[in-house]
Amino acid sequence: MRVNFTVNGRKQEADDVWEGESLLYVLRERMGLPGSKNACEQGECGSCTVRLDGVPVCSCLVAAGQVEGREVTTVEGLADYAKHRQDAHPGGGCATGACGTSLQDAQQWKAKGQDSQTGEGAELSPIQQAFIDAGAVQCGFCTPGLLVAADELLERNDMPSDADIREALSGNLCRCTGYEKILDAVRLAAARQGEVV
Amino acid sequence: MAGTTTGIPANVTQGARTKGGVGESMLRPDGTLKVTGEFAYSSDMWHEEMIWGQVLRSTVAHAEIVSIDTSEAVALSGVYAVLTADDLPAAKNYGMEYQDTPVLAYGKVRHHGEPVALVAADHPETARRAAAKIKIEYRELPVITDEASATAPDAILVHENRGDHHAGHVPHPNIVHRQPIIRGNAAEAAKKADVIVKGEYTFGMQDQAFLGPESGLAVPSEDGGVDLYVATQWLHSDLKQIAPCLGLPEEKVRMTMAGIGGAFGGREDISMQILASVLALRTSKPVKMVYNRYESFFGHVHRHPAKLYYEHGATKDGKITHMKCKIVLDGGAYMSSTPSVVGNASSLSVGPYVIDDVEIEAIGLYTNNPPCGAMRGFGAVQACFAYEAQMDKVAAKLGMDPVAFRQKNAMEQGTVMPTGQPVDSPAPVAELLRRVKARPLPPVRQWESSEGADVRALPGGLSNTTHGEGVVRGVGYAVGIKNVGFSEGFDDYSTAKIRIEVINGEAVATVHTAAAEVGQGGVTIHAQIARTELGVQQVTIAPADTQVGSAGSTSAGRQTYMTGGAIKNSCEIVREKVLEIGRRKFGSYHPAWANAELLLEGGKVVTDGGEVLTTLVEVLEDEAVEVEEEFRHRPTEAFDLRTGQGNGHVQYAFAAHRAVVEVDTELGLVKVIELACAQDVGKAVNPLSVIGQIQGGTTQGLGVAVMEEIIVDPKTAKVRNPSFTDYLLPTILDTPTIPVDYLELADPNAPYGVRGIGEAPTLSSTPAVLAAIRSATGLELNKTPVRPEHLTGT
Repeated sequence: MRVNFTVNGRKQEADDVWEGESLLYVLRERMGLPGSKNACEQGECGSCTVRLDGVPVCSCLVAAGQVEGREVTTVEGLADYAKHRQDAHPGGGCATGACGTSLQDAQQWKAKGQDSQTGEGAELSPIQQAFIDAGAVQCGFCTPGLLVAADELLERNDMPSDADIREALSGNLCRCTGYEKILDAVRLAAARQGEVV
Repeated sequence: MAGTTTGIPANVTQGARTKGGVGESMLRPDGTLKVTGEFAYSSDMWHEEMIWGQVLRSTVAHAEIVSIDTSEAVALSGVYAVLTADDLPAAKNYGMEYQDTPVLAYGKVRHHGEPVALVAADHPETARRAAAKIKIEYRELPVITDEASATAPDAILVHENRGDHHAGHVPHPNIVHRQPIIRGNAAEAAKKADVIVKGEYTFGMQDQAFLGPESGLAVPSEDGGVDLYVATQWLHSDLKQIAPCLGLPEEKVRMTMAGIGGAFGGREDISMQILASVLALRTSKPVKMVYNRYESFFGHVHRHPAKLYYEHGATKDGKITHMKCKIVLDGGAYMSSTPSVVGNASSLSVGPYVIDDVEIEAIGLYTNNPPCGAMRGFGAVQACFAYEAQMDKVAAKLGMDPVAFRQKNAMEQGTVMPTGQPVDSPAPVAELLRRVKARPLPPVRQWESSEGADVRALPGGLSNTTHGEGVVRGVGYAVGIKNVGFSEGFDDYSTAKIRIEVINGEAVATVHTAAAEVGQGGVTIHAQIARTELGVQQVTIAPADTQVGSAGSTSAGRQTYMTGGAIKNSCEIVREKVLEIGRRKFGSYHPAWANAELLLEGGKVVTDGGEVLTTLVEVLEDEAVEVEEEFRHRPTEAFDLRTGQGNGHVQYAFAAHRAVVEVDTELGLVKVIELACAQDVGKAVNPLSVIGQIQGGTTQGLGVAVMEEIIVDPKTAKVRNPSFTDYLLPTILDTPTIPVDYLELADPNAPYGVRGIGEAPTLSSTPAVLAAIRSATGLELNKTPVRPEHLTGT
C-alpha cells in the first residue's frame, strides 16, 4: 500500500508498504530516518518515541497505515520543532493549557540539513543541548526517544518537579546512565528556558 | 562501497573551542550526533541492495536433531537462501576461550534458542515467514539444569568429547572449570571463633539488556572477502573467531566498528557476525541482520546465576577468624568465558577483607540452561552479594554495627589476598565505608508534604497502593572488590596509532585504535590524553577498525588503563620524534633545543622554564609523524589449580554503597529512596563520565536486587521471559537519586594513576539494597531478585 504523511514538516510518500509494517520500520528503513531507535519493538522501552500529531507515541506500536495524512515528528526534526514552538508560543510555557503545536503551524516548518559530518554547527533544541551538557548521553541509544518525550514534557510544563520528570520519562528505559544525569538535563533545559523568559 | 551507509561514528573531530586535557570534564565528541539521531548504530546500517538475514532458533533445550526440511522455506517468493549447518563453508564452531559453540546447531541442540537455520530474504517479514516454514524434527533428551543433575554419575554429558585444556582437571565432564583456593588452615582457625555463621545464597540470571540490539551489515567484497560493520566489544577477538568459520584469511575479513548501543559484557561473544557474513558470501549480496528483543535474549550470554555456600567465623571482639565457601556458577550450554568467571569468583570470594585462613572452591557448570559469560562485574558480583550478606549476619550475631565490623576487618594497601598476592596500591575500604555512612540520611516519610502525601514517592508509586501505612524504612551497607583488566597470565595489551600533521595551518593529532566505544566515554578521554601529551587543540578520533592493532576488549574496567596507556605511550614517542625534527631544523638557533627539558603545550614547543621556542606548525610543516605502539600492563600468572596461589590480578577497584529503602510490607513493594556510592577511581580522567559510569553501574546492581532475572523453567530449561515486558529493568521511577563521592588515590603502576571504574559499583549496589530491605523487614532474603512474595511470605 501507499502511505502519505508528513515527517518533520516534509510531505512524504511511502510505497509498497506491507500492511504489518510499523511506523518505526517505515521511518527507519524507507524514509532514511534511523534516529528513532529499535530497542524492543514492543512499546516497553520508549527508544522509538516520536510525536504523532503532537502526541508522543511508541512508533513501533503504530501501524504505518495509521499515519495516513498525519504529522510525525522524529528526533531528526526536534530542533526545528522546538524552534518553531518558540516562535508560536513565546516563552515555551503552557500555563493556559493551549499548548502544543497546531497542525497548521507544524506544516510551516521543515527540518534542515547539518553542515558537517560531526554535526558541528547543528542547531539544537534546548533539551538536546542540555543532554550533551549534563552528560546525559552515554551509549545514546535511548537518547532520541528520551529527547522527544522530555521536549514534550517541557512544552506542557516549563517548571517540572523531579516527580513530574520521572513520571513523564517513565516509559523510556536507559541502561547506561542510571537516569540521574537525564534528570539533570531536563532540569537544565527547564532552567535555561526560564532564563529566556 | 558506493551506496553503503557506514555512517558516523567516523572522524569525530574535536572543535577548536574545546580545550581540555586529562582531568577535565569534557563533553562527548559524538554527543551532537547522538542527540540529533545522526549517529549510525549497528542497526542503522543500510545498503541499497541489501537483503535481510533471520535466524531460526531451537524451541527445545536439549535434543538430537533428527531432520531439517527447508524445502517450503526455499520455495517462498523473495527468499535468497536457507542454510543449515551442512551449508557452512568452513569451521562449524567458534568460541572466545574454546571453540565449542556451533555457528548453527548440528547433531544436537544444547539450549533453548540455539541457532539452527538461517534465512536471507528481501524483507525482514519474508525472512521470518520463511524461517517459520522450516521443519525440524527433534528427539528430546533429559535436561541438565543444576549442579545435582550435571554431576550425577550417570549424567548425560552436555559435550561428549571435550578437548579443552580444563577437561583434564575437572572432577566431572559437566564441570567446565574448578578453582580451589587454600590458604592457611580454615579448620584450625575456626576453633578460635566465638561465633560461626553459615549462609546459602542464590543469585539470579541477569541480562545485560543493552538497548541497541545485536545487528550489523555484511557486504561481500570483490576479492571474495567480506566487509563487516558491527557493534562489538573487541574487533580483533571477533576477527579471530569469524575468519576460520568463513574459511577466509583474516585480511579478507575487514571489520569496522558500527555505533554501539551499550554492551556491559554482552557483546564480548560473537552474536550475528558469522551468520550475516555466511549469508552475504552465499548470496553475494549485502546482508543486514537485526535481532529483535526476543532474539536478543537468546543471542548473547548472560550473567552466571549462582549458588553460594558461605561460612564465616569471628571472635567476640569482631575479628574474622576464617572463611569457607563454595560457589557454583551455571555456565549454561557453552563455555564462553566461564573459566575466567570461575577464576574471578574464587579469587575475589573473600571480599575486601583480611582473612588469613580460607578454604574456597568455585566451579562452573555445563548445563542446558542459556549460555552465560561476561557481564559487568564478571564473577565478583555474585560473590559480593553473598559475602556482604554474611558480614551483616556476623555483625548482628556479635551485636556490632555492620559498618564498624567491616571496617575492623577491611583490607588496606599491603594486605595479602587469599591467592597470596599482596595488594600493592591504595585500598581505601574503611574510608569508602566511612564516607557513605557519614552522608546525611534522606528525610524520613519523604512522601509527606504540607500538601499531603505524594503517592509517587511511595512504594507502588502511581498505583496508589498505600498512603504510608505499613511502610517501613531500612538502611544497608556494602562494599566490594573487583579486579581490573584481564587476569591469570593473559597477554593483555592495547595498540594505538597516533599521527600528527599540519592541516589548514593547525597541528592536528589523529588517534586510531580498535577500541570499542560502548558508551563509557572512551572517545572523549582518548582525545583528552592526546591533547595533554601533544599540546594540540584539534584531535581526530579515527573510526575503530581492524586496520590497526588490537585494543583488547572494552571490558573488565580496562580500556582507559590499557588503550589510554597505549595512546599515552605512542604520544610520548611522537613527541620525541617531533622534537627531533625541531632539533634538526632549529637546534642551531637556541641552546635550549639541546640542554632543556622540552614540552609541547598549546601548539608550541616550550622549555620547562616556559620559554616558547617555536610552534608545532613550524616544526612539522609538510611532515607527518606517525607511531603505532602497544601497551601492556604488568604480567600476571595463572592460579595454581590445587591451591589457587598466584599473582593473578593486575589491579583492584573498590566501591561502597549505602542504600535507603522503604518497603510496603502489606504488598511487598520496595522503593529505593537513595543509593549513595563512594569509590576510589585512581584518577578521574573525565569526572563527568566517571560519575555517569558509577551511577549506571549502581543502577544495574539495583536492578538485580529487586527486579531483574531471566527465568528458566527448571523442568524444560526454556526461557520464560525473553521480552522487556517480562524481564523487568529499572525505569527512572525505580531509580533513586545516586550521590557519588569519588576518591583519587593514584595507582602508581597505572597510566595517570587510573583505576578501572565501570564495574565496581555494580558489585556493592545489590547487597546494599538487600541489606536495607532486610533491615526494614527483618527477613533473611538470601536470593536475588527480591520479589513481593518473598516479603509477604505468600
